[in-house]
Amino acid sequence: MTLWLNGEERELPEGMTVAAAVAAVGVSPEGRGIAAAVDGEVVPRDRWSETALADGQRVEVVQAVQGG
Amino acid sequence: MSWRIADRDLESRLILGTGGFRTHDALAAAVEESGAEIATVAMRRVDAGTPGSLLDVLTEAGVMILPNTAGCFTARDAVTTARLAREALETEWVKLEVIGDDKTLLPDAVELVAAAEQLVADGFVVLPYTNDDPILARRLEDVGCAAVMPLGSPIGSGMGILNPYNLRLIREQAGVPVILDAGIGTASDAALAMEAGADGVLLASAVSRAADPARMARAMRMAVEAGRTAFEAGRIPRRLYADASSPMEGVPELS
Repeated sequence: MTLWLNGEERELPEGMTVAAAVAAVGVSPEGRGIAAAVDGEVVPRDRWSETALADGQRVEVVQAVQGG
Repeated sequence: MSWRIADRDLESRLILGTGGFRTHDALAAAVEESGAEIATVAMRRVDAGTPGSLLDVLTEAGVMILPNTAGCFTARDAVTTARLAREALETEWVKLEVIGDDKTLLPDAVELVAAAEQLVADGFVVLPYTNDDPILARRLEDVGCAAVMPLGSPIGSGMGILNPYNLRLIREQAGVPVILDAGIGTASDAALAMEAGADGVLLASAVSRAADPARMARAMRMAVEAGRTAFEAGRIPRRLYADASSPMEGVPELS
């Protein structure tokens, strides 16, 4: 299926979870200081491994960066 | 003298934005010299190639991390960004920014109030970056914001406080802390804000883009302390003409 991971179009396995999508952007799902949203809705970290993604969904994985 | 935002007691009246520092070491040095107890961060897409952790630097420095919603143009995006920050950083505090324009980065008042209302209802401690508009500041307080943070001039412009009259009105009517946020260029701007009665100053570029950030951080710390102390001491009134400080009685006749 097609997913948009942090703005990038990717072909990924059916039924992929949010946890796997976080790993696919190159960070550890156990890592500190990250959060994820699917189609503009925040998915709490404790639901990452049980939340399956569907074709066409947009996943955003964010962290804190320097900013005013 | 300590002060308070929501349920948090603070000693330092300077809040440091972390944007613009060239290295984590420069940031750490500036945090230390500033004496700040709160430092802001932005939320952005993860970059697996980013070296080192900003959070480690700030945790090591012992400051409270205050996420912002910089880059959001709508209430909806700002609310989602605040929720992402709450998840990522385990804090209910947010510096709420909803801008209306790329060129000026001025707040969009309508979206700002809408976002503030939703976030307060969702349990956030909301610190809104706002226009220097006393009526808007009142509306933000009315919806439950824990402070109001009027700009002195546009973000990163270094133009100082363009409308000290409005800042005074905001201070006079506010029942929550007033934090001058944005526009500070150098130490005297920060001192002026504090002399006008601001409870605190939030700045980033003035320090991070200075030739010597750590030294400017120290200057800002002293300016904020000096301005606040002068405010508490009570300045003399302005007069059009001189008022001699030496006695006029007993002046000898010498010619």
